Amino acid sequence: MEVRVLLFASYADAFGAPNLSVTIPDGATVKELLARVKEMAVGQSLPAAPLIARNQEYAAPGDIIRAGDEIALIPPVAGG
Amino acid sequence: MTRTAIVTHAIDVAAIIAEVASDGAGATSLFLGTVRDINDGRAVTGMEYTAYGAMAERELTKIAAEAVDRFGGVALSIEHRIGVLALGDVSVAIAASHPHRRDALDATRFVIEELKKRVPIWKREHYADGTREWVDPSSSVARMVAE
Repeated sequence: MEVRVLLFASYADAFGAPNLSVTIPDGATVKELLARVKEMAVGQSLPAAPLIARNQEYAAPGDIIRAGDEIALIPPVAGG
Repeated sequence: MTRTAIVTHAIDVAAIIAEVASDGAGATSLFLGTVRDINDGRAVTGMEYTAYGAMAERELTKIAAEAVDRFGGVALSIEHRIGVLALGDVSVAIAASHPHRRDALDATRFVIEELKKRVPIWKREHYADGTREWVDPSSSVARMVAE
Protein backbone atom coordinates (compact mmCIF):
# COMPACT_ATOMS: atom_id res chain seq x y z
CA MET A 1 0.00 0.00 0.00
CA GLU A 2 1.33 3.40 -0.95
CA VAL A 3 0.81 6.23 1.54
CA ARG A 4 1.39 9.90 0.92
CA VAL A 5 2.86 11.60 3.98
CA LEU A 6 2.40 15.36 4.37
CA LEU A 7 5.40 17.38 5.54
CA PHE A 8 5.51 20.86 7.06
CA ALA A 9 7.96 23.53 8.18
CA SER A 10 11.40 22.16 9.16
CA TYR A 11 10.51 18.63 7.97
CA ALA A 12 9.45 19.89 4.53
CA ASP A 13 12.74 21.80 4.34
CA ALA A 14 14.74 18.71 5.39
CA PHE A 15 13.12 16.49 2.75
CA GLY A 16 12.99 19.30 0.19
CA ALA A 17 9.34 18.51 -0.58
CA PRO A 18 5.85 19.05 0.87
CA ASN A 19 5.12 15.32 0.92
CA LEU A 20 6.62 11.84 0.65
CA SER A 21 5.37 8.64 -0.86
CA VAL A 22 5.98 5.63 1.40
CA THR A 23 5.17 1.98 0.69
CA ILE A 24 3.98 -0.05 3.69
CA PRO A 25 2.33 -3.47 4.03
CA ASP A 26 -1.45 -3.60 4.56
CA GLY A 27 -2.25 -3.41 8.26
CA ALA A 28 0.96 -1.54 9.09
CA THR A 29 0.99 0.73 12.13
CA VAL A 30 2.06 4.33 12.55
CA LYS A 31 5.26 3.05 14.16
CA GLU A 32 6.02 0.84 11.15
CA LEU A 33 5.40 3.73 8.76
CA LEU A 34 7.81 5.84 10.78
CA ALA A 35 10.46 3.10 10.59
CA ARG A 36 10.16 3.22 6.77
CA VAL A 37 10.56 6.98 6.76
CA LYS A 38 13.61 6.69 8.99
CA GLU A 39 15.22 4.27 6.54
CA MET A 40 15.40 7.17 4.09
CA ALA A 41 18.63 9.20 4.16
CA VAL A 42 16.93 12.41 5.30
CA GLY A 43 14.62 10.51 7.67
CA GLN A 44 17.57 9.79 9.93
CA SER A 45 17.67 13.47 10.89
CA LEU A 46 14.17 13.23 12.42
CA PRO A 47 13.73 13.13 16.21
CA ALA A 48 13.49 9.67 17.82
CA ALA A 49 9.70 9.78 18.04
CA PRO A 50 8.27 12.52 15.82
CA LEU A 51 4.56 13.23 16.05
CA ILE A 52 2.34 11.76 13.39
CA ALA A 53 -1.22 12.77 12.56
CA ARG A 54 -3.69 10.37 10.99
CA ASN A 55 -6.74 11.98 9.41
CA GLN A 56 -5.93 15.29 11.10
CA GLU A 57 -5.74 13.84 14.63
CA TYR A 58 -2.60 13.01 16.63
CA ALA A 59 -1.95 9.28 16.22
CA ALA A 60 -0.56 6.71 18.66
CA PRO A 61 2.34 4.46 17.55
CA GLY A 62 0.07 1.40 17.45
CA ASP A 63 -2.67 2.93 15.27
CA ILE A 64 -3.23 1.00 12.06
CA ILE A 65 -3.00 2.90 8.78
CA ARG A 66 -5.78 2.27 6.26
CA ALA A 67 -5.80 2.97 2.55
CA GLY A 68 -6.76 6.57 1.89
CA ASP A 69 -5.77 7.85 5.35
CA GLU A 70 -4.31 11.35 5.44
CA ILE A 71 -0.96 10.97 7.19
CA ALA A 72 1.25 13.87 8.28
CA LEU A 73 4.57 14.18 10.07
CA ILE A 74 4.21 16.98 12.61
CA PRO A 75 7.32 18.95 13.65
CA PRO A 76 7.34 20.43 17.18
CA VAL A 77 4.51 22.96 17.09
CA ALA A 78 5.22 26.63 17.73
CA GLY A 79 1.97 28.54 17.41
CA GLY A 80 1.02 31.61 19.40
CA MET B 1 -20.93 31.59 21.14
CA THR B 2 -17.60 30.19 20.00
CA ARG B 3 -15.74 30.93 16.80
CA THR B 4 -12.25 29.86 15.78
CA ALA B 5 -10.31 30.60 12.61
CA ILE B 6 -6.90 30.45 11.00
CA VAL B 7 -6.60 33.64 8.93
CA THR B 8 -4.16 35.12 6.43
CA HIS B 9 -5.12 38.76 7.03
CA ALA B 10 -4.50 41.21 9.88
CA ILE B 11 -6.57 40.31 12.95
CA ASP B 12 -9.31 42.83 13.76
CA VAL B 13 -9.03 42.83 17.54
CA ALA B 14 -12.01 45.14 18.11
CA ALA B 15 -14.22 42.83 16.03
CA ILE B 16 -13.14 39.82 18.08
CA ILE B 17 -13.97 41.58 21.35
CA ALA B 18 -17.33 42.67 19.93
CA GLU B 19 -18.16 39.08 18.98
CA VAL B 20 -18.09 37.85 22.57
CA ALA B 21 -20.05 40.79 23.96
CA SER B 22 -23.39 39.99 25.57
CA ASP B 23 -25.68 41.44 28.21
CA GLY B 24 -24.84 38.45 30.42
CA ALA B 25 -21.09 39.07 30.36
CA GLY B 26 -19.65 40.69 33.43
CA ALA B 27 -16.07 40.31 32.22
CA THR B 28 -14.22 40.12 28.94
CA SER B 29 -10.63 38.92 28.80
CA LEU B 30 -8.37 39.42 25.80
CA PHE B 31 -5.04 37.75 25.00
CA LEU B 32 -2.90 38.96 22.12
CA GLY B 33 0.26 37.26 20.93
CA THR B 34 2.57 39.70 19.13
CA VAL B 35 5.83 39.40 17.23
CA ARG B 36 8.72 40.62 19.38
CA ASP B 37 12.12 41.92 18.41
CA ILE B 38 14.48 39.65 20.38
CA ASN B 39 14.47 35.87 20.87
CA ASP B 40 17.30 33.98 22.59
CA GLY B 41 19.41 37.10 22.30
CA ARG B 42 19.06 37.38 18.52
CA ALA B 43 17.57 40.43 16.80
CA VAL B 44 14.35 39.40 15.06
CA THR B 45 13.00 41.44 12.15
CA GLY B 46 9.89 39.42 11.36
CA MET B 47 8.14 36.09 11.67
CA GLU B 48 6.70 33.69 9.16
CA TYR B 49 3.84 31.43 10.32
CA THR B 50 2.71 28.32 8.51
CA ALA B 51 0.06 25.75 9.45
CA TYR B 52 -1.34 22.34 8.64
CA GLY B 53 -4.52 24.26 7.95
CA ALA B 54 -7.25 21.62 8.18
CA MET B 55 -5.82 20.02 11.31
CA ALA B 56 -5.08 23.39 12.92
CA GLU B 57 -8.73 24.37 12.46
CA ARG B 58 -9.84 21.07 14.01
CA GLU B 59 -7.52 21.35 17.02
CA LEU B 60 -8.57 24.95 17.65
CA THR B 61 -12.23 23.94 17.48
CA LYS B 62 -11.57 21.12 19.97
CA ILE B 63 -9.75 23.45 22.36
CA ALA B 64 -12.66 25.90 22.24
CA ALA B 65 -15.11 23.07 22.98
CA GLU B 66 -12.96 21.94 25.93
CA ALA B 67 -12.90 25.51 27.25
CA VAL B 68 -16.70 25.66 27.05
CA ASP B 69 -16.88 22.37 29.01
CA ARG B 70 -14.52 23.66 31.69
CA PHE B 71 -15.83 27.21 31.96
CA GLY B 72 -19.57 26.86 31.42
CA GLY B 73 -21.14 30.01 30.02
CA VAL B 74 -17.95 31.28 28.38
CA ALA B 75 -18.16 32.93 24.94
CA LEU B 76 -14.98 32.66 22.86
CA SER B 77 -13.57 34.10 19.69
CA ILE B 78 -10.12 32.90 18.61
CA GLU B 79 -8.08 33.79 15.53
CA HIS B 80 -4.54 32.75 14.62
CA ARG B 81 -2.87 34.51 11.74
CA ILE B 82 -0.45 32.80 9.34
CA GLY B 83 1.85 34.26 6.69
CA VAL B 84 4.65 36.80 7.05
CA LEU B 85 4.22 39.13 10.05
CA ALA B 86 6.18 42.22 11.06
CA LEU B 87 7.33 43.21 14.54
CA GLY B 88 4.35 44.12 16.71
CA ASP B 89 1.81 42.38 14.48
CA VAL B 90 -0.82 40.34 16.28
CA SER B 91 -0.30 36.61 15.56
CA VAL B 92 -3.06 35.30 17.80
CA ALA B 93 -6.08 36.87 19.50
CA ILE B 94 -8.31 35.20 22.08
CA ALA B 95 -11.34 36.96 23.51
CA ALA B 96 -13.36 35.30 26.27
CA SER B 97 -16.41 36.71 28.00
CA HIS B 98 -18.17 35.22 30.99
CA PRO B 99 -20.54 36.40 33.71
CA HIS B 100 -17.53 36.36 36.09
CA ARG B 101 -13.94 37.58 35.68
CA ARG B 102 -12.19 34.49 37.03
CA ASP B 103 -13.63 32.21 34.37
CA ALA B 104 -13.06 34.78 31.62
CA LEU B 105 -9.37 35.04 32.61
CA ASP B 106 -8.90 31.31 33.15
CA ALA B 107 -10.55 30.41 29.83
CA THR B 108 -8.22 32.79 27.98
CA ARG B 109 -5.15 31.25 29.58
CA PHE B 110 -6.42 27.71 29.00
CA VAL B 111 -6.89 28.39 25.28
CA ILE B 112 -3.44 29.94 24.70
CA GLU B 113 -1.63 27.22 26.67
CA GLU B 114 -3.41 24.40 24.81
CA LEU B 115 -2.96 26.17 21.47
CA LYS B 116 0.80 26.33 22.03
CA LYS B 117 0.94 22.64 22.89
CA ARG B 118 -1.31 21.13 20.25
CA VAL B 119 -2.23 23.27 17.26
CA PRO B 120 -0.04 22.41 14.24
CA ILE B 121 1.32 25.86 13.48
CA TRP B 122 5.00 26.64 12.99
CA LYS B 123 6.98 29.84 12.89
CA ARG B 124 10.24 30.80 11.28
CA GLU B 125 12.07 33.78 12.68
CA HIS B 126 13.77 36.18 10.32
CA TYR B 127 16.90 37.66 11.88
CA ALA B 128 18.65 40.98 11.37
CA ASP B 129 21.64 39.17 9.79
CA GLY B 130 19.39 37.84 7.00
CA THR B 131 19.16 34.24 8.24
CA ARG B 132 15.90 32.41 9.08
CA GLU B 133 15.22 29.56 11.48
CA TRP B 134 12.22 27.47 12.49
CA VAL B 135 11.37 27.92 16.15
CA ASP B 136 11.55 24.57 17.97
CA PRO B 137 10.13 24.73 21.49
CA SER B 138 9.94 21.46 23.39
CA SER B 139 6.48 20.08 22.78
CA SER B 140 4.54 18.46 25.60
CA VAL B 141 2.50 16.59 22.99
CA ALA B 142 5.74 15.10 21.68
CA ARG B 143 6.69 14.00 25.18
CA MET B 144 3.20 12.63 25.82
CA VAL B 145 3.13 10.54 22.63
CA ALA B 146 6.75 9.44 23.03
CA GLU B 147 5.91 8.03 26.45
